[in-house]
Amino acid sequence: MMKRLFPNPLLSAALAALWLLLNQPSPGHLLIALLLAILMPLLSAPLRPQRGAVRRPWVLARLILTVGGDVQSSALQVARGVLAGRRRPPNGRFVRIPLALRDAHALAALAVITTAVPGTVWSELAADRSSLLLHVFDLQGEEADFIAQYKQRYEQPLLEIFEA
Amino acid sequence: MTPLPLWAEILVGALLLLSGVLALISALGLHRLPNFFSRMHAPAITAALGVWAVALASILYFSLHHGRLELQSWLIILLLAVTAPVTTTLLARAALFRKRTETEPKDRPGTM
Repeated sequence: MMKRLFPNPLLSAALAALWLLLNQPSPGHLLIALLLAILMPLLSAPLRPQRGAVRRPWVLARLILTVGGDVQSSALQVARGVLAGRRRPPNGRFVRIPLALRDAHALAALAVITTAVPGTVWSELAADRSSLLLHVFDLQGEEADFIAQYKQRYEQPLLEIFEA
Repeated sequence: MTPLPLWAEILVGALLLLSGVLALISALGLHRLPNFFSRMHAPAITAALGVWAVALASILYFSLHHGRLELQSWLIILLLAVTAPVTTTLLARAALFRKRTETEPKDRPGTM
């Protein structure tokens, strides 16, 4: 019964939470939130041919914390780079990263992370999803180290969450 | 409506100031960085940290003002985070396309 009513519990929960955040909680709004949680996944199902599954919530929680910390430290780094821009131009480079991820949802999550963390711009994904072209604001040290760090910090957890 | 305690006013003010400073640095980056791809990184400071600071300030202020948790501002961060990659990637790919048509057709982008 629950499985039939909520084929995608995560999406349903997110939609209900969104509605309750936008409005003052009251019995009426709870009802609308419940309706949204039931109807929207049904209506949007044809638009999402691929089913993604999120596993290992603790890995996801750790990834969110990692990204939150990285956002702060790299934002300050980019800010420093901007302020020192005239004297010491940043070492901006394109870096090609070989990818092991293939799942569309995981790649979307990686794009969100890459964009949220300042200092990296997602420039191009190869047509066969085998590699990713990033622009790095200020590459310090070896390119190989940067690639290894990027893969280990973001790609590895996403592999565990989406493709385990 | 309750008036805010002094510590909260100071904290909210500091967060708003911080976000203003970050937005200013972003704008400065757009102005002074040497090429398109390095300029693409500047707004990310505001989109990431600056927006967080404003949202935190707003949550603090309105929660204390109304005496209950007001979390709507988190939605701004969330929706920005989800939609920002779309525009960023579009811009980056358009710039790459132009760069490639200007140089050799098979040229791989290297240093900008």
